[in-house]
Amino acid sequence: MKLNKALATVALAGSVAAMSAPAMARDTISIVGSSTVYPFATVVAERFGTKTDFSTPKLESTGSGGGLKLFCQGIGTQHPDITNASRRMKTSEFELCQSNGVTDITEFRIGSDGIVIASSKEAENLDITLEQLFLALGSKVPVNGEWVANPNKNWSDVDSSLPNKPIRVMGPPPTSGTRDSFNELALAAGCDQLPEAANLSKDEHASICESVREDGAFIEAGENDNLIVQKLIGDEGMYGVFGYSFMEENSDRLQAATLNGKVPTAEAIAADDYPVARSLFFYVKKAHVGVVPGIQEYVSEFTSNAAMGQNGYLKDVGLIVPPRAALMDLMDKAENMPNLTLDELK
Amino acid sequence: MNNQRSQAEIVRQSLKSRYRKERRFRAYGVLAIAIALGALLTLFTDIIGKGYTGFLKTTITMEVQLDGEMMYLDDPTDERQIKMADFVEPLVQALIKEIPGATEDDRDQVRGLINPYASVTLRDALTANPDWLGTSRTMTFLSHTNVDVYVKHAGDDAYSIKLNDQQKAWVDELQERGVIETSFNDVFFSGGDSRDPSRAGILGAIVGSLLTMFVTLILSFPIGVAAAIYLEEFAPQNKFTDFIEVNINNLAAVPSIIFGLLGLAVFINLFGMPRSVPVVGGLVLTLMTLPTIIISSRAAIKSVPPSIREAAEGIGASKMQVVLHHVLPLAMPGMLTGSIIGMAQALGETAPLLLIGMVAFIVDVPDGFLDSATVLPVQVFLWAGSPELAFIERASAAIMVLLTFLISMNALAIWMRKRLERRW
Repeated sequence: MKLNKALATVALAGSVAAMSAPAMARDTISIVGSSTVYPFATVVAERFGTKTDFSTPKLESTGSGGGLKLFCQGIGTQHPDITNASRRMKTSEFELCQSNGVTDITEFRIGSDGIVIASSKEAENLDITLEQLFLALGSKVPVNGEWVANPNKNWSDVDSSLPNKPIRVMGPPPTSGTRDSFNELALAAGCDQLPEAANLSKDEHASICESVREDGAFIEAGENDNLIVQKLIGDEGMYGVFGYSFMEENSDRLQAATLNGKVPTAEAIAADDYPVARSLFFYVKKAHVGVVPGIQEYVSEFTSNAAMGQNGYLKDVGLIVPPRAALMDLMDKAENMPNLTLDELK
Repeated sequence: MNNQRSQAEIVRQSLKSRYRKERRFRAYGVLAIAIALGALLTLFTDIIGKGYTGFLKTTITMEVQLDGEMMYLDDPTDERQIKMADFVEPLVQALIKEIPGATEDDRDQVRGLINPYASVTLRDALTANPDWLGTSRTMTFLSHTNVDVYVKHAGDDAYSIKLNDQQKAWVDELQERGVIETSFNDVFFSGGDSRDPSRAGILGAIVGSLLTMFVTLILSFPIGVAAAIYLEEFAPQNKFTDFIEVNINNLAAVPSIIFGLLGLAVFINLFGMPRSVPVVGGLVLTLMTLPTIIISSRAAIKSVPPSIREAAEGIGASKMQVVLHHVLPLAMPGMLTGSIIGMAQALGETAPLLLIGMVAFIVDVPDGFLDSATVLPVQVFLWAGSPELAFIERASAAIMVLLTFLISMNALAIWMRKRLERRW
């Protein structure tokens, strides 16, 4: 009989624990979204947690699309308060938000992220278009209207204006976000310039235009950017692909290739005047401001000079910070939280 | 006669090759075990070789002048002043003093040796002890992660050293003088996650795992045992119970991510429970472990000899008395073993937790079932994917902690089986 009672008690306790959960107030900010913004947002969140009395926000890396989907799910503490994105919200996502009652959203453009092709200062610098870059590094290129395995051995095989040297490029592995951006912003964009690309189906486009050749011309270097830098300095025929912030740190030893006639500088990337760059965003659900404590304060920490100024800590982790004027605009936005409208996204 | 002898001959002749065959067969078995052990050994040496440095921290011990003027602070109990005070300056000044030859001009390089959060340590120490202001104290701070990596991994190609030559020379000198030291990494066991590898700890994940496992145990064990008893002892044998049995066996083989999807749809979207909390994690893992517990509990009940039931019934016990007084106590060791193995499985699970938001950057150590939390395997996953190289050793160290938990749970299961099992 004793055992019987004990069992009943345990079962009861279990069901009570299960039932008491719904409709809870939350005192931790919940943030979802892009894995590219994640390393920056986590640093802000941690600083915010140690500086203030609010608890440290919780961050999930769900990808831009996944984050916006969760964000637009509705109002209420089971839904996230802020979502990060490495691209702008799509109009379809905006409409999803509207239809679920998430009408008041504020958008923050928090800076950018650029990818460079660099070489040793001693080496011949590349001045290349994205189309030529695709022809040099794509796994398949069109020859007489047929897509064949890339036959180009030297840069000069692609275009006579390029150096007469073997194509050898070191870059990050497929697991890296830099590689994703490189495939998407550099290779696919270059591929789209080719007349043959227009006939590709969507699947073919993804498998042809966004894949790097695997015959040894492109060398995967692991996530260690320092190793790439070391190799570049020792080998004048080698080019390397990495994030802009790393180029900047080593600008005394390395030079960056000109892409589509644009030289990568922090100003050019911040102004979207460099082809392989993208802006980073986060979106705030205004209905949660004041319900979940600390949202306004978190946003103002993110947009503060200490974080995103010219000497800010986000610059140390590699964010290309916006120019001063844009930062001042962000600060105003953080105070007033203007609504995002559909017209702005079109 | 002749014929028989030749048969014995044939047997004798084939004997050698039969023995050889048997030896070969045994050798294959030994080889298989050797391969398995070799794989295990490689795994352990790799993890321990990479990870043991994760249990070490690098600290700087120095004499800090808590000069109010330098810090713009004359009353540490005033919250406004604390907010605006400069806690970095005393650290930089103290370290410049420790390094012979370093001057005010080297301050940026010197600051690069101190952990960015050391100022928070100093701030907290001063708010806790306001009377320290104006005195000079010997205090220990975490070093910058770059220093930590240099001290532990100088000369190792897998790590890149981000100090310049001047800083390296200073660190070498300071190490010789005992200012910079490595010691047991208590931070690793007392803190939550951090983006700074030196400050990152595993306590948040351990507590999260314990909370999640508690919910799982308290739900899945009683439900699983009750289901098993009913199905074994009371349920009529018909098509319907067969159907249930087939489904339970099926559920045991369903990929765990499916339970995560179910959890997202039912517990979060339908019931409106918060994301990333141990209650929801525990519920999802309950669904996942239930089939395992039901199946092992049924096997345990089945293994109780019918003579026990018959004897009890023979002296007039009711069906319920038979079950509660005789069958259940005898089957309990088997049930517990099955449950522990199911729980160990659940402890190592990440896939279903991804969908309910427990794969997240969470700094604060959770203090309840409804607090955002993460679990041990998720912490390993997050660190292994971090760009900072210093997280490699933290990830391996976290794997060792996780393995310790798993090994002790499995050892407990074996011990209980040995201790409590009855043979007939």
